[in-house]
Amino acid sequence: MPAPKRKTMLRQGAGGRAAHDVGGLAFGPIDRAEHDLALWEKRTDAMQRLLTSPGKRAFTVDGLRRVIEDYGEQAYDRTTYYEKWIRALRNLLVEQDVLTREEIERRMAEVRQKHQTAGRRVVKAKVPW
Amino acid sequence: MVSAAGSFSRPPRFKPGDRVWVPARAALGHCRTPWYVRGKPGVVAAVHGSFRDPERLAYHRPGLPAQVLYKVRFRQLDVWPSYLAGQADHIEVDIYEPWLEPQP
Repeated sequence: MPAPKRKTMLRQGAGGRAAHDVGGLAFGPIDRAEHDLALWEKRTDAMQRLLTSPGKRAFTVDGLRRVIEDYGEQAYDRTTYYEKWIRALRNLLVEQDVLTREEIERRMAEVRQKHQTAGRRVVKAKVPW
Repeated sequence: MVSAAGSFSRPPRFKPGDRVWVPARAALGHCRTPWYVRGKPGVVAAVHGSFRDPERLAYHRPGLPAQVLYKVRFRQLDVWPSYLAGQADHIEVDIYEPWLEPQP
């Protein structure tokens, strides 16, 4: 994942609203620049579609939203759209007993090792659960 | 029937033209009603149909009973007290029936 460039925004006069529900708060200018999606972002989108499809129904888009909304302000503001999605997909797979946390962490370690061995740059930061 | 626009598991409480308002309550958990319309008066612009309840679907429950979804029209001046553009401007928000009350 690219390093997050975003910062946590102060929510002045936010009342009791959730971290994602920021309509009308002062949040600075909206970044309207178009950008190409990275391969991992396209794969994340495809995974969401497959996992919520009628044949699979591992969870719903509503569940995906709920997990993202529960991140808290800091993680919510500092992550991009698909960074939010991939973390939620992973956590929902564990929540729904599709995969275990150990299986995912073991596989992530294998993938890191594979890329390191091949001499590729590997991002050290881990996505929090 | 659920999740089908135009079909209802029970009769809709409101019809187009009805004057409603959104309760100014907080919500615990997943909620589709944006904060900025809570406590605001509006008018029902359309009845979309009956759909499984996203507030329950979000927690892996069946989302039943289905809830009627409305398109509600608000005056921008009511939503944003400092709104400076046209007096007649409005915003439309899709809102589920548990988040609507009749205007007194």
